[in-house]
Amino acid sequence: MKGLLSFKHGVHPPENKDITAGIASRRFPFPDEIILPLSQHIGTPAKALVQPGDRVERGDAIAEAAGYISSAVHATASGTVKSIELWPHPNGDMVPSIRIDVDPNSTQMQRPRIIPRWQDVKDEDLSKEIAKAGIVGLGGAAFPSHVKLTPPKDQPIELLLINGCECEPYLTSDHRTMLEYPERVYLGIRIALKALGISRAVIGIEANKMDAVEVMRKAAPDDLDVTVLPLQVKYPQGAEKMLIKAVMGREVPSGALPSAIGAMVQNVATAANVATVFETGQPLIERIITVTGRGIRKPGNWLIPFGTKLRDVVKHCGGLTEDAAEIIFGGPMMGLGQANLDVPILKATGGILILSRDECKRQDILPCIRCGKCLDACPVFLNPQLLGILAKAERYEEMASEAHLSDCMLCGCCSYVCPSNIPLSQLFAASRAQLRKLATP
Amino acid sequence: MTDSIVKITASPHVRSADSTIRIMWSVVISLVPVIAASIYFFGPSAIFVLLASVAGCLLTERLFGSTPGSLADGSAMITGLLLGLTLPPGFPLWMAFLGAGFGMAFGKIIFGGLGQNIFNPALVGRAFLQAAFPVAITTWPAKTQHWWTLQGDNFALPFMSPVVDAATAATPLGNLKFGDDPVVTPLLDLFMGTTGGSLGETSALLILLGGLYLAWRGHLNWHIPLSIFVSAFAVSGLFYTLGISQFPPMFMLLSGGMMLGAFYMATDMVTSPITNKGCWLFGFGIGFLVVVIRIWGGLPEGVMYAILLMNALVPFINRATQPRLFGTSGKKKEADNE
Repeated sequence: MKGLLSFKHGVHPPENKDITAGIASRRFPFPDEIILPLSQHIGTPAKALVQPGDRVERGDAIAEAAGYISSAVHATASGTVKSIELWPHPNGDMVPSIRIDVDPNSTQMQRPRIIPRWQDVKDEDLSKEIAKAGIVGLGGAAFPSHVKLTPPKDQPIELLLINGCECEPYLTSDHRTMLEYPERVYLGIRIALKALGISRAVIGIEANKMDAVEVMRKAAPDDLDVTVLPLQVKYPQGAEKMLIKAVMGREVPSGALPSAIGAMVQNVATAANVATVFETGQPLIERIITVTGRGIRKPGNWLIPFGTKLRDVVKHCGGLTEDAAEIIFGGPMMGLGQANLDVPILKATGGILILSRDECKRQDILPCIRCGKCLDACPVFLNPQLLGILAKAERYEEMASEAHLSDCMLCGCCSYVCPSNIPLSQLFAASRAQLRKLATP
Repeated sequence: MTDSIVKITASPHVRSADSTIRIMWSVVISLVPVIAASIYFFGPSAIFVLLASVAGCLLTERLFGSTPGSLADGSAMITGLLLGLTLPPGFPLWMAFLGAGFGMAFGKIIFGGLGQNIFNPALVGRAFLQAAFPVAITTWPAKTQHWWTLQGDNFALPFMSPVVDAATAATPLGNLKFGDDPVVTPLLDLFMGTTGGSLGETSALLILLGGLYLAWRGHLNWHIPLSIFVSAFAVSGLFYTLGISQFPPMFMLLSGGMMLGAFYMATDMVTSPITNKGCWLFGFGIGFLVVVIRIWGGLPEGVMYAILLMNALVPFINRATQPRLFGTSGKKKEADNE
C-alpha cells in the first residue's frame, strides 16, 4: 500500500488477523471467580474499599484511586468478596488482588445510578467522571485517562488523534470495536474533545481494515470536525509517536510527551468505554478481547469481564491444541508471555494469543554480523547494534548517556529483524531494569 | 487441558524468516554462475584453485574457529570462494591453500571469529599472497589450446619456484597500464568475460546478476556498489577528460576486480559501515582510491587495497554517521541536553 501516510522504518510481520477479524464479539459467560488486582494501570495501586464477606454488585467501586496518577477498580461481576490477597499478576509479580466469588444466581444487573448528561458537565469536570469510572488507556499502556485528558496548561492540545491502527499482528479487538460500536467511538470522541476544549479529531486506521474505515466514515456525525485516515500497514504504526508522525508529520521531541506538540492520542476502545460511562453509567469493567493464535481451538472476539482467569478463557475457547507452545497477553510483538493459567485478564489486556510451535520457532543466537537491519527497522532511529554491544558488556550508563536507551519503546522491531536472532529488545529491557537498580541504593 | 505451558519467552514472540545462515548461503548460491563461468573460461585449473582456497578456509575455521559449529554458518565457505575468485587460474595450489589459511586465521579468527573482524578475510589472504608471491599472483597464462589443459603451474611444489611453462598474457588492466602497445579492451568483451584475468574478474555480467539477486533478497546493501561505481566513474571520468589518465570511465568499472570487489568484497556486512549514509562514504572512498591506485600506483589493480584501506576506516565512519534520534535535530549537544 504505497502513498498512504506513515512513519519511517518499522517492520511488517505477517498480519494473521484473518483468524478472528470476521468473528463478531460475543459476551463471555461470567466465571465462578473473579480476581481484580489493585494494580491494573500505570501509577500508584488503588486502595481497596471492601472487606472480605462484603456483597458487591456488578459495577460497584471496590477500590479507589490512591493519588492523582492512579485508577479506581470496579466489581466486574456480582458476588461476595472472598479475600484480598497476593495473587499472580500477568506481569509476573504477586500483587494484592480482590477475589470475588461470583454469585451464580445473580442477574448481573448493575445498581441504578444517576448518570450525568455529558453536555451539562463542565469541561474540566468531565475528566473527574472519567476518573471515577476507572478508565485507563486500553491500547496497552493502561495510563489513567483522566490524567491524559488534563494536559499541562502551558501545552494546549490542538488535535485529538484516535488510534485505530491496531498494528500488533493477530489482534482484532479494536477492529471489532470500530465495526460494532462506531457511534460509541464517536460519542467518546465528542466527550474527549469537550474535556480538552478543542474541536478537531483524526481517526488513524491501518489500511488492512478498510471495512472499519468505511464504517467509521459512514457513521461520522456531520457536526463533528473529524477525519478518518487510512494509514500504511506497518508495525508499530499504533505507537503514539509513530501515529502522530504519520498524521501530523511532526516528531514528538525526544523525552517529551505528545502534548509538547499539541497532540493527544486515545485508543478507539478507550473512546468507546468513555462513551459507555455517560451512556449507561457503566464503569470500565469489560472490553472486547481477541482470543487467537493457532494454539487455541476456538479463536474469537469476546466481551470478557476483567478478572476472569486465563484458565476460564482457555477452557471456554475449546482448550489448547496439541502443539500450543506459548500463551501471551497482548500481541506477538510486545505481549507478555504467561506462565500461570490463574492470572486474571486486566483492563489493558487487548488480546490473548496462543501460538503454536510452528508460529514461534526459535533459532540459535549467532554473532552479530553488523548487517544494519536493526538500524533500518528502529522507528525512533536508535542504533540497536551499538546498544546490544554495550548491553552485553554491561556498560549500562553508556547505553543511557551515549546511545539514548531511554528513547527505546521496546517495540521489538530490532529483535524481529535480527538475522542472528539476538534478543535485542529483551537486552534493552533488562538493561533498563539494571539502571533502575543502580539508581536506587 | 494441561497446566504445563511449554515455554515462556520475552517479546517479540515472532521473528522474521531472515537468518544469518540463510544470508551466507544465499551469497554462496549467487556465486555459482560466476564460478561456472570461471570453469568454462579457464578449465580444470579454476576448479583446483577454488578447491584449494575453500579447503584452506574450511580447515582453518574447523581447527581454530571459536565454536565447532561455525562451519555451518557458511562464512568460511564465502571467504574461500571469494579468495579463489581473485586468483589467477594458473596459481600454484599450495599458495592458494596457504593464503586462504592466512586470511581466515589473521583476517578473522584472530579477531574473535564471525562478526568481529575489521578487514575482509578474503582480501587479507590475497594481500598476504600479493606480498609473498608477487610474481605468481600477477602471472596470467595465455589461453590454452584445449579446455582441459591446466593453466600455468597449479601443481608446483611448495617453496620451489614455479616453472611457468605456458606463455603468459596480460590482463586488460595490465595491458593498458604496462603494455608496450596499450589497447583499451572492448567493453563488450569485459562485460561478457572473454578476456584474461583472475578467475572471478572476468564476467562483469554474471557478477552483476549475482549482486542484483542478493540486493533483491535484501542480503546486500546496494548503496555500497552504487556509490563505488558513481565515485569511480566520476573520478576516472574527470582524469580521463583532463588527459591525465588513459582509463576510460566505463573501462574502469568493468575491468579487473572492480565488479567482484564492489558487489562481493566491499559489501561484506561485517566489514562495511552500519548506516546507509556511512555506506555512501565508504563506497565513495573505495571508488576514489581504486582510480588513484590504478592511475598512479605501482600495480595494475587497486580494488583490494582500496577496500582494505576503507575497511580500516569503518569504525570511524560508523561513529561519524550515527542515526539522528527521533524527535531531535540530530545535533549532539541538543540530544545531550534532553
